[in-house]
Amino acid sequence: MSFNTAGYSLLPVLPEIVLAVGAMALLMLGAFRGQRSTPLVLGLSIALLLATGLVQCWLPAGRLETFNGSFIVDSYARFLKILALAGSAATLLISFGYLEDRSRRIFEYAILILISTVGMMLLISAGDLIMLYLGLELMSLALYVVAASDRRSVKSTEAGLKYFVLGALASGMMLYGMSLIYGFTGNVSFAGIAAVVKTGSVGVAFGLVFLLVGLCFKVSVVPFHMWTPDVYEGAPTPITAFFSASPKVAAFAVFVRVLTMAFPNILHDWQQIVVFVSIASMALGSFGAIGQRNIKRMMAYSSIAHMGFALVGLASGTAEGVQGVVLYLVIYVAMTFGAFTVILAMKRNGHAMEEISDFAGLSRTNPLVAFFFAMLLFSLAGIPPLAGFFAKFYVFTAAIKAGLVTLSVIGVLTSVVGAFYYLNVIKVMYFDERAGATDVVRFELGAVVAVAAIFNLLFFVYPGPLVSAATVAAKSLF
Amino acid sequence: MMTWPILSVITAVPALGALLIWIAARGGDEAANRNARWIALWTTLINFAISLILVARFDPSQAGFQFVEEGRWLASGIAYKMGVDGISLPLVVLTTAIMPLCIIASWKITSRVPAYMIAFLILESLMVGTFSALDLLLFYVFFEGGLIPMFLIIGVWGGPRRVYATFKFFLYTLLGSVLMLLAIMALYWNAGTTDIPTLMTTAVPYRLQTWAWLAFFASFAVKMPMWPVHTWLPDAHVEAPTAGSVILAAILLKMGGYGFLRFSLPMFPLASHDFAPLVFTLSAIAIIYTSLVALMQEDMKKLIAYSSVAHMGFVTMGIFAGTMQGVAGGVFQMVSHGIVSGALFLCVGVVYDRMHTREIAAYGGVVNRMPLYAMVFLVFTMANVGLPGTSGFVGEFLTLIGTFKVSVPTAFFATVGVILSAAYALWLYRKIVFGALVKPSLASIKDLTMREVLTLGPLLVLTIIFGFFPKPLLDLSAASVQQLVSNYSHAITAVKAAALMP
Repeated sequence: MSFNTAGYSLLPVLPEIVLAVGAMALLMLGAFRGQRSTPLVLGLSIALLLATGLVQCWLPAGRLETFNGSFIVDSYARFLKILALAGSAATLLISFGYLEDRSRRIFEYAILILISTVGMMLLISAGDLIMLYLGLELMSLALYVVAASDRRSVKSTEAGLKYFVLGALASGMMLYGMSLIYGFTGNVSFAGIAAVVKTGSVGVAFGLVFLLVGLCFKVSVVPFHMWTPDVYEGAPTPITAFFSASPKVAAFAVFVRVLTMAFPNILHDWQQIVVFVSIASMALGSFGAIGQRNIKRMMAYSSIAHMGFALVGLASGTAEGVQGVVLYLVIYVAMTFGAFTVILAMKRNGHAMEEISDFAGLSRTNPLVAFFFAMLLFSLAGIPPLAGFFAKFYVFTAAIKAGLVTLSVIGVLTSVVGAFYYLNVIKVMYFDERAGATDVVRFELGAVVAVAAIFNLLFFVYPGPLVSAATVAAKSLF
Repeated sequence: MMTWPILSVITAVPALGALLIWIAARGGDEAANRNARWIALWTTLINFAISLILVARFDPSQAGFQFVEEGRWLASGIAYKMGVDGISLPLVVLTTAIMPLCIIASWKITSRVPAYMIAFLILESLMVGTFSALDLLLFYVFFEGGLIPMFLIIGVWGGPRRVYATFKFFLYTLLGSVLMLLAIMALYWNAGTTDIPTLMTTAVPYRLQTWAWLAFFASFAVKMPMWPVHTWLPDAHVEAPTAGSVILAAILLKMGGYGFLRFSLPMFPLASHDFAPLVFTLSAIAIIYTSLVALMQEDMKKLIAYSSVAHMGFVTMGIFAGTMQGVAGGVFQMVSHGIVSGALFLCVGVVYDRMHTREIAAYGGVVNRMPLYAMVFLVFTMANVGLPGTSGFVGEFLTLIGTFKVSVPTAFFATVGVILSAAYALWLYRKIVFGALVKPSLASIKDLTMREVLTLGPLLVLTIIFGFFPKPLLDLSAASVQQLVSNYSHAITAVKAAALMP
């Protein structure tokens, strides 16, 4: 096999090949050894993801392209792929306890997460509309199945079905948008589209809007957010944590890439859409979360708001903005993944604690977890010196530079509204009377929570390397 | 000559003390509580000692920043930079001096002692950092970070309505501050850096000045607090534990005044000049209105909280007068109020610990059983009124003179406020201390303990010393204030001259 035929080098896709082939091998292993091999498959899957990450780092430096430019490996893709891989690996790590239950012993769980990770990596590297669609569907189809993986639970099944139906609808709209764009520009590659689209035309704008509908659905922003609370609540908690992490990163990555690479010349056309979506998401996410009693639903609204904040960076359409988005994604994944792991880890008499009131007095029964959770929540609220503040700082700085003052003012005001419901959870944990002892926290869950919380707590001490890496990643798009 | 990063040390020592408590004071038994108390006390005392070294090495004849430290932090123009000048140094020392007293005053706290001490130590780190940060974003991080420990202090160890009070405190302050954050970003793009000394010398376009001034004002006016955004303060004060009230009154409120002096005046001189009448009006209303409200209070802490708002009115008035006396008086008044109001809250704490009520009507004739307390309380009441011979007088007098040169009506109304402050303070004192001791519940009340003398004594001495001999404190800040005022008036006269040109 040659790695270098003109335009079709396989080297840039080596990490994806490793991951896909590995996933197939593990599927075979599981198929032959049966469901009792679940922990083994899970462990090997984590190792496979780590190996893929290493291969990714080992790739020669600089910008690599293959398949005639439809697959791009630049600093931006490298950075976000590592993040997506880390999110998937962490998901598998926190799933050990969940899969121990006899009725849930399904090794396919790990395989599906691996396959959807392959989809994410393709998506992050997509250089044309075809690759974008392939990556998105590969990722999503696996996600629909894992959302419904708890077969006995009505809620889980409902979540999977809802996600599938709405997701299919969004995919359809997106395909329609792509066909319009192709029809009006005669191109599917981002660079080709950018070369043709110099001024706004109604046809391209139409196509762009439909394309954005699909992407907005995947990152769950208003007005295509309706599935989020139901799916987040219904899906098994480790999967909810997964949904809020890696797929968001991948979908956001392509969201940014397609707009900045294919449509840089009609910035004003898409900027107003992004600004509207961003404001609507921040506002709905912040206000919608206030009334929630179920903590997973609350986190669903919180994730809508956070995607709105990340879009603030994209709305500016500059390298600073993309740098803000990249940093936002890293910090958001750490915050939200940590928070969901706390929710997963907290059990009382074997039952998951999913109501906010279940957390009453946690600071007395389990002070360390309560402290870590409080730090994650303060970070989600964007209070300095925690990492969440710096995430918001970078996206809003970019927006201010781009002159989007109204967007910024509304954004920071909604972040104050958002602070209220995070504080409410802290209030329940610290100020309310205790509601009884909690079960012992599994070691790996405790470790994930501790790592996430300490990252958030101490980010401000030494932010330099991450910020510089994000700068390099953002610059590679411009 | 400086060999070690003294400001970073003063900022970091309390945080390290907190870490030590977290490691050493485990188990939740009495031994752990005792460890936590002693570690906290020693940490704050050592920090105070280090800050005295800072004072000794400080050169008051220099107007610029001293002990400057700089390090890499975030990329591109946002650095870790610390330093103090004559305006921030008194506030740094005030912070480190008040903290040990707060720890001693909290000796009788019994619930979750290690967590309590950790929260206070972290708060000290953040407060010292706020006053010594020389980078705008670093300042913001410290300034806002203080909300987290204070939120927990009020919420966990506070009174019956603590949840309401702490949410109000947090959200009010956050709402003001996020607008300032946007202004910080705008300044960053204007100057390409958030370095405070550079920003002070960078010209800011007039339009941006106006908006940025308003955004900073939103934050500092809430923190100060100024009328009409002061309503969080009485609630927070009433519900906070005694030491929390002391910190709130003595130090957190000073962040607002410090912000005006450090940012509003030097960076936006034209906007400050334009908006000075607004500030004067709000200050005059604050002084008169909150004094009248204080007259009507039934809760001791609430009364002192309202009097704090009134006294902060003098500070804002003096600062925005932009005269040498006004600004120097403002700085002095901040320190003096820090000492006096802190002491008054401690005085309330003394009787509250014995009777578990703050209702004024529950007391009367305390002098019969607590002569020492009556004496101490009298001195602080007088300082609160602004009686000559106490530190309260110097600050109020200077700010009034400074304002008189600029706006006679404001000075007039503020002076009326001084009379009102005498009315409510003396009324409070009479109700609690004088009269016959008829209430049976008070029959066995005990006078000050050694521990309470230890907390109130140093403050008493300082109040009197600064009352008769304010020179050391005024000299400490004189050069920096002089520079601030001359830069401010230069900027304004330059614009006026430009406007007069054809």
